[in-house]
Amino acid sequence: MSQKIPLKTVDPNASSKSTIEDSVELNLYAKQEKIYTREIQGFFQRIRVFTGWPLLLGYFLMPLLSWQGQQLILFDLPARKFHIFGYTFWPQDFFLLGWLLIIAAFALFFFTNWLGRVWCGYTCPQTVWTSIFMWMEQLAEGSRNQRMKLDKQPWSVNKLLKKGFKHFLWLSFGLLTGLAFIGYFVPLTQLIPDILSFQASSAAIFWMLFFSAATYVNAGWMREQVCKYMCPYARFQSAMFDKDTLIVSYDTERGESRGSRKKKADPRVLGLGDCVDCSVCVQVCPTGIDIRDGLQYECITCAHCIDACDEVMDKMNYPRGLISYTTLHEQEGGTTKILRPRLIGYGIMMLLMVGAFVYAIATRIPLELDIIRDRNQLFGYTSSGQISNTYSLKIMNMDQEPHSYRVHIEGNEQLQYVGKQEVSLASGEYLTLPIQLQIDPVELTRSNINVQFHIEAIDDSDIHAEAESRFIGPTPMPGASGTSR
Amino acid sequence: MDNLSSFWHWWIIVLTLGCIGLTWLLLKLNQVKTQSSDDQTTGHEYDGIQEYDNPLPSWWYWMFILTIVFSLAYLALYPGLGNFKGYLNWTSVGQWEDEQKHAAAEYAPIFERYGAMSFDELKADPEALKTGQRLFANNCSLCHGSAAAGTVGFPNLTDNDWLYGDTPEAIETSILKGRKGAMMAWGAIIGEQGVKESAAYVSSLSGGNADAALVAKGKEIFATNCFACHGADGKGNQMIGAPDLTNGVWLYGGTLAKIEESIRNGRNGEMPAHEELLGKNKVHVLAAYVSSLSEPKQ
Repeated sequence: MSQKIPLKTVDPNASSKSTIEDSVELNLYAKQEKIYTREIQGFFQRIRVFTGWPLLLGYFLMPLLSWQGQQLILFDLPARKFHIFGYTFWPQDFFLLGWLLIIAAFALFFFTNWLGRVWCGYTCPQTVWTSIFMWMEQLAEGSRNQRMKLDKQPWSVNKLLKKGFKHFLWLSFGLLTGLAFIGYFVPLTQLIPDILSFQASSAAIFWMLFFSAATYVNAGWMREQVCKYMCPYARFQSAMFDKDTLIVSYDTERGESRGSRKKKADPRVLGLGDCVDCSVCVQVCPTGIDIRDGLQYECITCAHCIDACDEVMDKMNYPRGLISYTTLHEQEGGTTKILRPRLIGYGIMMLLMVGAFVYAIATRIPLELDIIRDRNQLFGYTSSGQISNTYSLKIMNMDQEPHSYRVHIEGNEQLQYVGKQEVSLASGEYLTLPIQLQIDPVELTRSNINVQFHIEAIDDSDIHAEAESRFIGPTPMPGASGTSR
Repeated sequence: MDNLSSFWHWWIIVLTLGCIGLTWLLLKLNQVKTQSSDDQTTGHEYDGIQEYDNPLPSWWYWMFILTIVFSLAYLALYPGLGNFKGYLNWTSVGQWEDEQKHAAAEYAPIFERYGAMSFDELKADPEALKTGQRLFANNCSLCHGSAAAGTVGFPNLTDNDWLYGDTPEAIETSILKGRKGAMMAWGAIIGEQGVKESAAYVSSLSGGNADAALVAKGKEIFATNCFACHGADGKGNQMIGAPDLTNGVWLYGGTLAKIEESIRNGRNGEMPAHEELLGKNKVHVLAAYVSSLSEPKQ
């Protein structure tokens, strides 16, 4: 601690020049470096086509298709009804969404532990939409080299046309995406004519443009930035990795030392590995990393580099797989153990949750009964001297069919039910039924009696609901039948 | 109306704008020039510890600038700086009134349609009755109860006893204009003995057991004092809302003690007028609903 910090003599004339040259503006922030991805064909790219197209089609078709006269998926927010595959869900069913999210979480754990970031690489909307946008970019501006050249050129009519065409494509697709998204909330058959006749609500227009702009910015400009800086999954998926998780990796043993060589040359003689250092794997990477540096958090396991490298290996007549899907265990010379306690655990949890969800849906009773006791007066007297309590029965028919129901109270024979006992509700109707319970003061045994309300569909005894409330009266008179002496 | 004293007014302004200003200053001060190196570190080292240079993307920085701009724009447009109202003059009351206006405009046609229908038509229309029920729940149930069965001091609307008449028109007038039911206090005029006697007679009108001597005296008191409103036969007068004392329906209780209390101290009931609050069309539906409540039991 008492040691002195060694004094450095600074000669401004001697060293300042070099330091100024070396120093750069070191902000806390770095300019985004544009990534020019090179197009590549191959096995894994074909897989992505097979995963991407159904997802895209599903996204756009879901709000267009209808089944049994109802849109396949429609979240009717003003009416608080959620139509999903012919079922209608209500805010009361929100716990089902909880199940669904738990299932999704365990599915993410399970598949990430098993297959690595397969969600990121093949099915994530960010990836799917970015692929489409990259394809459009290629269509408008040409290949990677052409795009790089174009960006370096000064502005010209040609450049303006190409860039303009690209942004036109991007914006159009963004607009379609936004429109389809709003279609999940407002029926498109109603929204599209409204928009064309300038009658759509400003909220619908706002959100449509908002999601269009978000799509355009995300898939056109942000791309890998979303995965690197915004996406929480990208970061916490690493917690699910173990040594048997599938990753994209470069075989350092085989590849190094890298270097260019003639096709006929024998690398062993030259002292080289199989990597020809062509950098195609870097050029195709949508997140702009060099997979040869090892496993990195930016890697979304899209396998572009695998396809790229395999192509080069084929040209060089080397065996494929210098970059490949592998696991850390395999890399270390061992074998991948697929069935491991952790994966089995995740799988069992996922299946349990799916089972619970299916059970909850299958046994869901589409009837809701809530009792609201009048709070302005604890109890009242009728003119004949009976003690009365008033209740509002909130009855909700959540079924797709209309039903007639019968209400009664269970137990408490002394309590007399005054009011309608049979009601008919249309599908989705919500009815308030005010009723009274009355009792002769002589029969009152306690000042607070629990009352069970029971409602049952007349045509289907499986549809029933119960709710509890209380009957409140004055302190019972001495000599009332229940008070023993 | 300023709700903050000038000290707190300026306190908030200085704190808010000061924070934004300091944030700006912080950003400015962080733009430093440092020695760079090619090994992805910031280049400085202390005790062998080096710092990696992992800069955030610059769009992140611009988003932060954007939030500062947003906050300034927000503070200019909306109330936020002390007593400053903001250039949009937005208030929560104004927003609520706006929503009410929208709701009124949206539902007015429905109530206009109901308003033009006759009571018989309304009572035959289940949708109109449901609307009436909701109006009742929101406006009337506090006193009359959700089931409209009333309680002490608040009439039961489901029986067939009506103070001001059983026609839907009379009910509509009661809701629109309100009613004041006043029974004067007789204790000082007829004396305690007179109260007992008249109460005994009134109780006997609906078959109550009372001392015959008291009833006879009470009848005389009734004939000189009470008949003016309640009628010679005690059947009441719907013109002035005087209750029928013979049918066993009691607004303030039918025991002898309760009747005595009513005579001794008088009673004052008030039904508030709802014309201004609800408007004629809603009251029309409401009257039809209330009228429909007592019908099935006839």
